Amino acid sequence: MTLVHPLFASFGGAIEFIFTPQTSNVTGGKTVGGIDQVIELTINQLEVTVLALALAIVIALPAGLFFGHRGKGELIAIGLGNTGRAIPELGLIALMAAVIGVGLFNLTIALAILGIPPILTNTFVGVREVDRATVAAARGMGMSELEIARKVELPMAVTSVFTGIRTAAIGIVATATIAPLAGVATLGEFILGENVYGTNGVLAGAIMVALLALAIEFSLAGLQRLLTSKGLRLQTT
Amino acid sequence: MTSLAGLPLAAAGEVGEGFFRNHETAPCQAKPSHLFCWDWARENIDRFGTPTLQQFELVAISVVLGFAVAFTLALIAHRRRWLRPPLLAGTGILYAIPSISFFLLLLPITGRSRETAIIALSAYTLQIIYRNVTVGLDNVPDSAKDSARGMGMTDRQILWRVELPLALPEIIGGLRIATVSTIAIATLAVFAGAGGLGTQILGEGHLRFPTAIVVVIAIVVVLAFIFDAILLTIQYLSTPWRRARVS
Repeated sequence: MTLVHPLFASFGGAIEFIFTPQTSNVTGGKTVGGIDQVIELTINQLEVTVLALALAIVIALPAGLFFGHRGKGELIAIGLGNTGRAIPELGLIALMAAVIGVGLFNLTIALAILGIPPILTNTFVGVREVDRATVAAARGMGMSELEIARKVELPMAVTSVFTGIRTAAIGIVATATIAPLAGVATLGEFILGENVYGTNGVLAGAIMVALLALAIEFSLAGLQRLLTSKGLRLQTT
Repeated sequence: MTSLAGLPLAAAGEVGEGFFRNHETAPCQAKPSHLFCWDWARENIDRFGTPTLQQFELVAISVVLGFAVAFTLALIAHRRRWLRPPLLAGTGILYAIPSISFFLLLLPITGRSRETAIIALSAYTLQIIYRNVTVGLDNVPDSAKDSARGMGMTDRQILWRVELPLALPEIIGGLRIATVSTIAIATLAVFAGAGGLGTQILGEGHLRFPTAIVVVIAIVVVLAFIFDAILLTIQYLSTPWRRARVS
């Protein structure tokens, strides 16, 4: 019998699970949960998210910049973004695990695939929206095409580029939750392994995943502020 | 053992017994790891009917609900501009929380139900729709508003007859992004115990059987395409002045 509302009991149990290791009442005898395991799995999830996001940026940012600068490939850049949104994450991860195989390498590539479309599309659109007169002025000052792309178009497109990166990051960290299906232990371990970790573990996993996602979102928002040039910051406020 | 999310977790690793209905699909059975097996797909396509319908319903209800809330918020913020930063931040937080996590956090409150999935999915659409409505209203040229005012329109008339119609392309643009994303993400509604196509991926035995996964992905992409085409048609039909300018 309990005097607390069952709702608080559920969340209380989950929070206890995060901080103190307990004996699994399902598999019996095994010690589960606790701050050490939670930190370990959080770091795993952060690691695979950062790896996949970095890979997606390395591929999609230069590509978006190139096509945007040239003003070509609009159909592909926009179409890729639209198609990318329609692909179910669960399907992609499950298919990859079943056909290609499990493991960190395969997972990173699958997650990067999810991250590429939003970054590519938003970089492309951002660069296209830079005032052509500004670009012409830069060219008149003797800048090479590479310099124009790097020093004029990219800084001016930074808001749009970061919209893409943040969308990609949100998608990747969310999908990294089901990484245990691909053989990589992330916080999803608690969520998918209820027969080991119990209801408290599932809820604890959900809490930690939400916190991690928000931490990543806030970090990227902060990074965006840092990377926005002073001139543009004055303009927007 | 039923889990919180109702998944048959213990069976997730192997192709379950009774998964193949008869001997015609023996080739699939012999090599279950084949990317796609037409025989199985043809014979089992009826498995996907109900989940597809469930997913369709989840998306339709969530997007309509999300649109109603986001649209109202955008209209309120249109007049009271100080509300904009908190509303953008608030919807941004809801957008950033992964759907799986959101579903599970709601389980102790709303239980394993369609409501759980709908709350989380519509919360996810808020940011996209809210932002596009706001941007659309901001992009209405001042000259159009001045003309309307000169014709003697009230603020309310200007909003409904000038600003919103002119913002329609952006508004529907937001609706398209929100709808297509929600169709894909609704696959995760299986974690909320709300059915949908995710059941055909995480269901007993399916996880190691690519054909079922490929069918699910195909259905989701086609659904997304259909919804997108419908919204695009609505946009085309509701902005006749845009066509006039082109021709």
